[in-house]
Amino acid sequence: MTNNILEMRGITKTFPGVKALSNVTIEVERGEVHAICGENGAGKSTLMKVLSGVYPHGTYDGDIVFENETVEFKDLTDSEAKGIVIIHQELALSPYLSIAENIFLNNELKGRGGLIDWNKTNFEASKLLARVGLRENPTTKIMDIGVGKQQLVEIAKALSKEVKLLILDEPTAALNDEDSDHLLDLILHLKGQGITSIIISHKLNEIKKVADSVTVIRDGKTIETIAKQEVTEDRIIKDMVGRDLEHRYPDHTPNLGDELLRVEDWTAHHPQDTSRVVVDNVNLHVRAGEIVGIAGLMGAGRTEFAMSLFGQSYGSRISGKVFLRGKEIKTRTVSEAIEHGIAYATEDRKTYGLNLIEDIKRNISMASLKKLERFGLVHDNEEYKIATEFKNSMNIKAPNVLVKTGKLSGGNQQKVVLSKWIYSDPDVLILDEPTRGIDVGAKYEIYTIINKLAAQGKGVIVISSELPELLGICDRVYAISEGRITGELPIAEATPESMLKLMTMEKPR
Amino acid sequence: MSNTPTQTPPTGDSQAVGATINPVQNKFTDRLSHVLADLGKNGIFIALIAVVVLFSILTDGILLRPQNISNLVVQNGYILVLAIGMVMVIIAGHIDLSVGSVAAFVGACSGVFAVQWGLPWWLSVILSLGIGALVGVWQGFWIAYVGIPAFIVTLAGMLIFRGLALVVLGNANIGSFPAEYRALGNGFLTDLFGEFEIDPLTLGVGAIAIIALVVQQVRTRRGRQKYGQDVEPMVWFVIKLVLISAAIGFFAYSLASYKGIPITLIILAVLILVYGIVMNRTVFGRHIYAIGGNRHAAELSGIKTRRVDFWLFVNMGTLAALAGLIFTARLNLAGPKAGDGFELEAISAAFIGGAAVQGGVGTIGGAIIGGLIIGVLNNGMSIMGIGIEWQQVVKGLVLLLAVAFDVYNRRRSGGR
Repeated sequence: MTNNILEMRGITKTFPGVKALSNVTIEVERGEVHAICGENGAGKSTLMKVLSGVYPHGTYDGDIVFENETVEFKDLTDSEAKGIVIIHQELALSPYLSIAENIFLNNELKGRGGLIDWNKTNFEASKLLARVGLRENPTTKIMDIGVGKQQLVEIAKALSKEVKLLILDEPTAALNDEDSDHLLDLILHLKGQGITSIIISHKLNEIKKVADSVTVIRDGKTIETIAKQEVTEDRIIKDMVGRDLEHRYPDHTPNLGDELLRVEDWTAHHPQDTSRVVVDNVNLHVRAGEIVGIAGLMGAGRTEFAMSLFGQSYGSRISGKVFLRGKEIKTRTVSEAIEHGIAYATEDRKTYGLNLIEDIKRNISMASLKKLERFGLVHDNEEYKIATEFKNSMNIKAPNVLVKTGKLSGGNQQKVVLSKWIYSDPDVLILDEPTRGIDVGAKYEIYTIINKLAAQGKGVIVISSELPELLGICDRVYAISEGRITGELPIAEATPESMLKLMTMEKPR
Repeated sequence: MSNTPTQTPPTGDSQAVGATINPVQNKFTDRLSHVLADLGKNGIFIALIAVVVLFSILTDGILLRPQNISNLVVQNGYILVLAIGMVMVIIAGHIDLSVGSVAAFVGACSGVFAVQWGLPWWLSVILSLGIGALVGVWQGFWIAYVGIPAFIVTLAGMLIFRGLALVVLGNANIGSFPAEYRALGNGFLTDLFGEFEIDPLTLGVGAIAIIALVVQQVRTRRGRQKYGQDVEPMVWFVIKLVLISAAIGFFAYSLASYKGIPITLIILAVLILVYGIVMNRTVFGRHIYAIGGNRHAAELSGIKTRRVDFWLFVNMGTLAALAGLIFTARLNLAGPKAGDGFELEAISAAFIGGAAVQGGVGTIGGAIIGGLIIGVLNNGMSIMGIGIEWQQVVKGLVLLLAVAFDVYNRRRSGGR
């Protein structure tokens, strides 16, 4: 008898032509928080799908031992019955149902006559909400609470199933720092109640905070399991990418030119609630060759500012002035903004950035088809050639440019989005969370691309919630809070502490 | 044949990480994968051939008799015209339920113009197409600029234009159209040149079509090779060309031994050619696919989605009008029942032809073949004397199975 709640031994899983997992072994001790790290495509999700029965027994080789008993799951229901619950990155909640309804979805509490007992449902739900520290009425609809709280509802749902092993797939990817901290505390709290967790994450600092041990997977193989006291960021990174990463950020010597873009008194209101100010009198500028950061917590109005500037894609009652090279321009529609040399790469590339059912080539040309037009027809061979050039120069990993972007990893998808905007030949690029959900190695590549753009004399605005990233790549940073620019610092003076202070500065009331 | 795809090795800078994909460069598997990919892509084409073969056997060859082949084209012309517009609407993620009513309404109007007012046939045609475009402007306005789902707007349109058709007709049929007008639906090109046993003009046009096809295909292939793109193996390329040429040849010969080229076919051929180019090679067509694939991403790429939506429905309205004209001309009668159920046949054609309900996927060619499959089913079963009730059942099942096959295929290939 060991004290392991879970052992996966020699797991090998092949897809036609690809060996996704090869002889992966992982041991999770009862009552610990076990982190699994690896680059995108390393096989983390596949491993979890094997564990939770999404890939049923028989479709993989190797053994799963759960609570000292070899298990053969046929599907998710099977694994849940044993107390293994997985919470996916994309939350599986129904927005129009209440919190309580979601918690007991497909596990409804029935009263007399087989009908749902709503009083009991709401009562039990409020008990579960208390356990996860969520103060919300169980009858509130999911769509009316934020992502952070939705994540807690997912955990409450898991608790309702008497979970023994909780698997969280990148649980904080979409959360701001405050919500992330709360969630991590909750995981530790549940650990105190004897619930074992596996957490899959890219974020090394949070792994250090909660994990008792870390298993690193690379290219479908287990590299090593590191105990808490030995965990260092450098070691995890080295394991993940298979080499030392001396610098997380490429060197960048700014070569600043004249002012490219200046925004004056930019104000935007909420699209529905038109009396609410979301972007409040923002003033900023970017010079040629400059990388400027906008730091702000989630909901601070960063994305709202960028999108309202980019063809009024967000908001209502927008006012303010935009100058390009000292000349005032209008950016009322997206095509107008593009024509004036502004590009905006969205934070949510799957929803707003890419046509996932279309190939790389057509995604790259999407914003600049006019350039490919000859006698009214799109020159498709030229399109192929240009897309292939981007594939090579941006190092997009795909057999050719006819691959659908839906099949690419996050990092490669982001490179396609960047290619699209670079091909539109902008003067100023606004990159909203350019490295969200991207693994360490690909992040470095994205930073290198950003540097190259600046070196070509373009102005780059990077919006990010990861402070180290902004401090690592920018020449100058703005802090934004409650829709207002609360400060501006040259990079030499910016420290995480000084930035955070500005980012949390409240409006004088 | 050596067709080594010029795959540039990833020139990754030293920071590149992660597994590089190494496609298996094996000649046989390469060729096989091409054949399989082609079969998948042309599955609908193969389905058409299968249906044709099946019904030729079941009807003792009547299906492929010259007269019947000619009839097939003429009887289905208006559905195919609608299918072209419909697949475009569907690719953009919309639907149009009103086309049958619009066709009836425009047919009625054309009756008023050409018969009651005695306007020249060409003026009647132009006015009728204009009315169709106006109908499209009306529906496009609500859909694109007010933001009401196309399903609702065109459901309303289905009632509105059916009603207006009855109003225009005033509870009576309008009939006996001028001969030039009737030719839209019934005419043959040979009527212009006199009659031969086997019409030389038709054979000539068939030959030109084959030559044009081969030249175009070879040029496309050369162009691709020049730009270092992967092309299918020569053997497979030649086999495909020979098969398609043979089909065109047989088709032309059949038409030639009956009455020649139907005017409807000429209209259709022009439409297929023009719209095929529009969808594949013009910015407007690309924008339609982009909008259907991801509307938000299209908007944020500077595509004027509303404008595209609007013109799509103007286009659909005009094509619905054209279908109404062809149908009216064929019956030589504008009646209240005209266009009944056209929308469903056109929608079926688009979906059988591989369009996706979520939008973003579909082709003009697919929709045409889908329409032909429905046409052959209709025609074949009628020849066999199967009642209308069972014809409906069969057509329903074919639609269901075709889409199910498509969904299954996509899932298997890991697509979305």
